[in-house]
Amino acid sequence: MNYSWDWGLLFRSPHIDWLIEGFRNTVVMAVLAWFIAMSLGSLIGVMRTLDNPVAKRVGTIYVEIFRNIPLLAQLFLWYYVIPELLPAAAQKFVKRDMADPQFWTSVVGLGCYTAARVAEQVRSGIQSIPRGQRAAALAMGFSTAQVYRYVLLPIGFRTVIPSLTNDFLGVFKNSSLALTLGVMELTAAARQIEEYTFHSFEPFAAATVLYSCVTLLVITLMRVIERRTRIAGSVGSGR
Amino acid sequence: MGFDWNVIVNNRGLLFQGLMVSFQLTLVAIVGGMALGTVLAMCRLSRFRVLAVAAGFYVNFLRSLPLILVIFWFYILTPQIVGHPIDAYSSVLIAFTLFEAAYYCEIIRAGIASVKAGQVNAGLALGFGRWHVMRYVVLPQAFRNMLPVLLTQAIIMFQDTSIVYVVGVRDFLTTADVVANSNNRPVELYSVVAVTFLVICFTASRLVGRLQRKYAL
Repeated sequence: MNYSWDWGLLFRSPHIDWLIEGFRNTVVMAVLAWFIAMSLGSLIGVMRTLDNPVAKRVGTIYVEIFRNIPLLAQLFLWYYVIPELLPAAAQKFVKRDMADPQFWTSVVGLGCYTAARVAEQVRSGIQSIPRGQRAAALAMGFSTAQVYRYVLLPIGFRTVIPSLTNDFLGVFKNSSLALTLGVMELTAAARQIEEYTFHSFEPFAAATVLYSCVTLLVITLMRVIERRTRIAGSVGSGR
Repeated sequence: MGFDWNVIVNNRGLLFQGLMVSFQLTLVAIVGGMALGTVLAMCRLSRFRVLAVAAGFYVNFLRSLPLILVIFWFYILTPQIVGHPIDAYSSVLIAFTLFEAAYYCEIIRAGIASVKAGQVNAGLALGFGRWHVMRYVVLPQAFRNMLPVLLTQAIIMFQDTSIVYVVGVRDFLTTADVVANSNNRPVELYSVVAVTFLVICFTASRLVGRLQRKYAL
């Protein structure tokens, strides 16, 4: 194998700037999408555990749709198809006035996709709580909202923290798909350096190291949070 | 704007071919991924520390990377290693197998770990050798426990095959994209792709659910 290594090229301008911009975009997209996923996902997850059949139905349909279409196809739908179906005024905004449409489309697409996963975790967290807890809270005169706010959610969320960590790492890795819409995220930055320098190993190695490091960092951080939020008296979450 | 669904009918042969490539990729990745995944799982559970640590490192490392990056790696690496250009399809097959093996390893490991230690001891007490305990006591139960997860992973992988779009392998999504661009009909094509995946994956996951209820221990 003949290959002339040049690790220095990573640190030369403009390559280093592309890497930094790419890394920043990846992290920002992941965090914003996670924000959508957590809010929307918690809502849908709770809906699926309610007694109201309509809420249940809507929640189930959402999860099935967003879980059974590949993320890449979903991104294409958000970017190419949905704008065509909007009313004229909204269409004009999305197509012409919105700043950085690829970036925001990716964030929304990633967020809605991950929300379906979060919803399933939240649902399983709530359903893992013995039925007696809900019944006891209702018997004490709590409203449904209060039952969730003070009894079910505090326990439900804490039991699913490890799975939610996985979903966060998922959104972080999946943000790489935004490159298909032309977002300059970390993988796209590595590709661009490769195209400009004909050096493929160094930029991809840099991206690989950055992805692994963030994953390691998140896992370490979440271990601490898991330990801090462990439910007193439970064995399962201990390590 | 008006919709023109004729474009789908006119290109149905091409689209069907693309869908078959997606299925083919899934199938090869399942077989290759499971074979390598089983070996990795055995290594991770092995008594030889070096083997266990090495397999653990491999699995955790690959699981920390996006599939897209792994596909790019093999797209670039394989020709350099074998010394001559190879087609994108082969490089994608290698990438998928090695990538999915890491996920299958964890599923199989969890399945083996779900078998109670008493079963192993009982087997050993009856005079079975270690290999026979694995073969006749542990694996049959482990396999039953992990079957639903294995199948769910297969559905996820079927969806993941759409990512080969980035290196231009003519799977279902890439074919639809090509047709969409040449006919300027992205709305119709991407909708059809989404609905097709939805129908296939939804049906498959329902079947898995039914299977799970039927074969649960």
